[in-house]
Amino acid sequence: MLTSDSCLSLHKHGSSMASDSNSSESQRIAQQRLRIIAGHLQKHKDDDSGTIATECKAEANKGTVPRKRQEIMKWNGWGYSDSKFLFNKKGQAEFTGKRYRLSGMVLPSLQDWFENTFGASVNHKSPATPALNASAVPPASLNEAFVEDLKATGIPFSHEAEDRVFRAHGHCLHEIFALREGKKFERVPDMVVWPNCHSDVVKIVELACKHNVCLIPYGGGTSVTSALECPPEETRCIVSLDTSQMNRILWIDEKNLVAHVEAGIIGQDLERLLNESGYCTGHEPDSMEFSSLGGWVATRASGMKKNVYGNIEDLVIHIKVVTPRGVIEKSCQGPRMSTGPDIHHFILGSEGTLGVVTEVTMKIRPIPEYQKYGSVVFPNFEAGVACLREVAKQRCAPASIRLMDNEQFQFGHALKPQVSSIFTNFVEGLKKFYITKFKGFDPHQLVVATLLFEGDRERVLQHEKQVYDIAATFGGLAAGEDNGQRGYILTFVIAYLRDLGMDYYVVAESFETSVPWDRVLDLCRNVKERINRECKERGVQFQPLTSCRVTQTYDAGACVYFYFAFNYRGLADPVHTYERVEHAAREEILANGGSLSHHHGVGKLRKEWMKESISSLGVGMLQSVKDYVDPDNIFGNRNLL
Amino acid sequence: MSTVCASCLNILVFVTLQQRDPMLKRDGFEDILEERRNSSDLKYALRCYAPVLYKGVTPCKANMLKNIVLQSDQLRYVINQVSQESGEAPDIIQEEASVILEEMAHRLQISTVRFFAFALSKAFKTLFQHVCVNEEGIQRLQQAIQEHPVVLLPSHRSYMDFLLMSYILYTYDLALPVIAAGMDFMGMKFVGEMLRMSGAFFIRRSFGGDKLYWAVFSEYVKTMLRNGFAPIEFFLEGTRSRTCKSLTPKLGLLNIVIEPFFKGEVFDVNLVPISISYERILEESLYARELLGVPKPKESTSGLLKARRILSEDYGSIHVYFGQPVSVRSLAQGKVNRSTYNLFPRHIPRKPMEETQSFVNDTAYRIVRLQEDNMVLKPWVLMASLLLQNLEGMELSVLTEQTVWLRGLALSYAAFLDWPDHAPTAKVVSSSLALHRGLACVSGGRVSLVVGEPLGPVTPEEALFNRAVSVLSCASYRNQVLHVFLRPAMLAVAMHTAASSKKNEVYNCFSFLWDMFSNDFILCPGDTVQDFEEACYLLVKTGAVQMPQQDIVMTDIGQPTLSFFNGLLEPFLQGYQMLLPTLRSEHSVLCVFTGNLRCYEVLSSDMQKNALAALLRMDAVRKVKV
Repeated sequence: MLTSDSCLSLHKHGSSMASDSNSSESQRIAQQRLRIIAGHLQKHKDDDSGTIATECKAEANKGTVPRKRQEIMKWNGWGYSDSKFLFNKKGQAEFTGKRYRLSGMVLPSLQDWFENTFGASVNHKSPATPALNASAVPPASLNEAFVEDLKATGIPFSHEAEDRVFRAHGHCLHEIFALREGKKFERVPDMVVWPNCHSDVVKIVELACKHNVCLIPYGGGTSVTSALECPPEETRCIVSLDTSQMNRILWIDEKNLVAHVEAGIIGQDLERLLNESGYCTGHEPDSMEFSSLGGWVATRASGMKKNVYGNIEDLVIHIKVVTPRGVIEKSCQGPRMSTGPDIHHFILGSEGTLGVVTEVTMKIRPIPEYQKYGSVVFPNFEAGVACLREVAKQRCAPASIRLMDNEQFQFGHALKPQVSSIFTNFVEGLKKFYITKFKGFDPHQLVVATLLFEGDRERVLQHEKQVYDIAATFGGLAAGEDNGQRGYILTFVIAYLRDLGMDYYVVAESFETSVPWDRVLDLCRNVKERINRECKERGVQFQPLTSCRVTQTYDAGACVYFYFAFNYRGLADPVHTYERVEHAAREEILANGGSLSHHHGVGKLRKEWMKESISSLGVGMLQSVKDYVDPDNIFGNRNLL
Repeated sequence: MSTVCASCLNILVFVTLQQRDPMLKRDGFEDILEERRNSSDLKYALRCYAPVLYKGVTPCKANMLKNIVLQSDQLRYVINQVSQESGEAPDIIQEEASVILEEMAHRLQISTVRFFAFALSKAFKTLFQHVCVNEEGIQRLQQAIQEHPVVLLPSHRSYMDFLLMSYILYTYDLALPVIAAGMDFMGMKFVGEMLRMSGAFFIRRSFGGDKLYWAVFSEYVKTMLRNGFAPIEFFLEGTRSRTCKSLTPKLGLLNIVIEPFFKGEVFDVNLVPISISYERILEESLYARELLGVPKPKESTSGLLKARRILSEDYGSIHVYFGQPVSVRSLAQGKVNRSTYNLFPRHIPRKPMEETQSFVNDTAYRIVRLQEDNMVLKPWVLMASLLLQNLEGMELSVLTEQTVWLRGLALSYAAFLDWPDHAPTAKVVSSSLALHRGLACVSGGRVSLVVGEPLGPVTPEEALFNRAVSVLSCASYRNQVLHVFLRPAMLAVAMHTAASSKKNEVYNCFSFLWDMFSNDFILCPGDTVQDFEEACYLLVKTGAVQMPQQDIVMTDIGQPTLSFFNGLLEPFLQGYQMLLPTLRSEHSVLCVFTGNLRCYEVLSSDMQKNALAALLRMDAVRKVKV
């Protein structure tokens, strides 16, 4: 929530802030110019490759992510080490740390909700292993010749157990669960390298080819598709190529509104740095605090505000990729080309199987003048979907529009912080009374759509009215800015909540799909029902939580996001049970006209359905590209195909 | 056959038999008339009726339902299509659709249901000794109704069936079904409307090319199903079976109720096979006459009133067995790829894909077999089977002895036999004969079929006709047990006809018979090998047959069983055999056989129809237009 928070305060203070940031911006540009001149001067002294390396290292690291990620982030859970949910001695939930809006707050209703929803109890703890057991980590099998050559380049690397384990996983349930349980790892990277710039990557890839070493690119580590898992059958030395230190904005072109950025930069840094210049990309995937630009490109990421800014494929103007065959890039930055199939589309979604994305030129926009949250309550999910469909039809979707089902609405309410003033409580009570009693909405049926409008003030207000008018025709009732904002806060903290659940025998995961409009309701209903049925058949003792939301609207369909959690007490192998249920849910999605993935990607988790999804001929086309670009399977993470 | 590992198959068959073998799992029965005999029918008809519904759906008024149908994308699409093809304005077609729907739709009214509850209570108590229902089945049904849309699929032997079904559901406070009924009922003044108000909707018997009719009809049924307003009931066999043999299923309605599952519009559909067994069928002798070509009386109210005389007779008991609900989702698992429906708008009607068609066909057969499995058999069906093999009559003592023997055989083949507990066999036989005194009589210690004696002089044709009526009536009881013995009986015939005892030669004969008889009996498509293995298993199990290495041979004690089985299928074999020359000579069947006819069953229009269909299917004959 860091970024949104800072955005928000910026807008609240209005235009005076904007001029402040303009003056600091000109200062920053001046400094950057100096640095570049200094760099050029230095260049003449040394030989070419050495210079670039020096240039890379000359820059002080301004990014959030240190090489030793474990210094600020959890090694066995989501996000920052200082931020976590816990039930305090009074049994009340609180969120620790200072980073988020919810940080330091007490959430009085969470315990009840948690216990009632899952049949769990705050007295039944399932604590995680406190620290990484180094003996559970297989020893590094290094390719000595590669290490020698790498040393000569001066690129930093490590083969410490903590560093290697951190890069052996993403955030799939089974991965985190295994870390918490202290399970023995089958295969982890043998070493980690931290290139500082494009030419470092070129060197690493050349050495990897020379010594037949397997490379696995690592960006933000937020994958939920088993994409970062090392193939257990890989016998070569596996090197994790951590792009986190390639995190600079190399230049901003205000005439064309594009910025050239190193692909290791993470979302929050990119927005923060661009904001300093008065710009933003507007690309805000839910994982943007940690996920990286290169990762977005490699997985075809989608941002919450894509209605205004577009998805990653719409934002990208130019991509530079280092492959075993050399560097792929286009020769110009024309906004559209008719030059055969777009080679960017071989890269977008390639999931690290072809090479490393090192630099990206992407569109930027001036920071919007005004931002406003909103929410609409509908009597039921059907009405809500009908409204979203109409909004999409009239092409007047706000920057973000999401429809949460009743389960998620109640969940959102359980996350309400302790109210400080009696008055707010009173108003909330009145509102609830009005919606549930006066309007005749059933509290166990009603759903809420959360909205985010952006633009100049007048247009936002006009837009807001248009959307609320449409909503009214479907029985929707405006329910205030707070409810809307709470919905978006939920997005950022929900990953933290999973860790809390796992402390109390509850496992949880999310998955997504995209589906034509006319099948949205059927798909949601059938997938939920399938999950419930599968849980029952597989011996889950407690009613699972299945919840969904429509998170993106398109002309021809929507993106649907599911949450699924259950209390696993009494199950011998909860992760296996979970995986079987998720597998069944995915089959149900496909049978109901949903796609294999809208934005998470395929990884290794969903590979088995690729043929069915894109035909075997389609798989063959992708395979032939892979065979040409990477004949020795240097990028051997075995995702996708 | 030779490519299939026989021992593996044996295990497979054994397993499926175990699954299907309901001996241990069949529920007990409860007589619902008992309470009716002890308490007020009026109170019963007026009691509080509050059934549980599908996921607590609110019941939908008939008019609202019609509006949903008329405004559906599906129907609107077809209306536009028909309008473009015919050049008529869409609103005229729309009006047409509305008229069709008006003619079709049910108007379920609780008051009418209460009237029937009262009237039927009275009638049932007069006609029947017991109406027995398996209450566990009712409980399963109640559960199923709440979870998923339910389709009730009863067997169809009598007009009584759907009134009886609604009566039972009302008795157990279950949601009343809407029932697909033939348009012929609508001809009955007043009664047609009464049926409509008790939940019947009427469909034309044939509407082959009428796109609009089909669209209205299928959308009407699907709307009810998707919304779970009420269980849908129809007869897979399409019409009442005049022979008491299950008829090969019709697929139209089944296709309609299954499609919403394939299209993802519902999570699942539960198919509930229901077996309604009558100890004596009300229409018994009517059917025999009908089969012999006397036209079916047109459904009319006055006809119904005339039929009152049946009220004075004893029709024994009825058993209604609600089978285990069958989940279409589980059945389709791995057989139909639902994602093939993803690339076409769901509201545009499309011919089902081949994969789907064969799935629906398969499902239909499986359901009819489930109906057969749970049909309750009375001792009389065993006696009828024996009597038909001894048309000249048999000693009562022999009949009794053989009935006991046959009972043992039937039980070891998992027949659902309702044999009175603790009663001496002689008593069972005599009371069966008493109930069916219209069909068989005892004189001088010999039992023989009763032949109706017309007044006045009798032409040979009339004599033959009367004889045939009595044989066909009796055959309708034998037919009830056929599904139990069919497979081993075909094997017995195959062993008898095969040139050697080599297993694959016997199999070839079996396979030929299987193919030939697949219009007459319920043989699931593609199950030839499995049925053969099942037959072998059963005959070996009862000691009639041995299977050393690659041979199938009769045992020392196998003679009675095998010859009974040969005799059981004899009428069918003879019938099919006789029909071939008949076809050639183009003479009416009756003329040809007036001489010394031994096989009366060949006169049955049902057998003629099936045989002809089989011959056509097997390319033995060809249709020529003259």
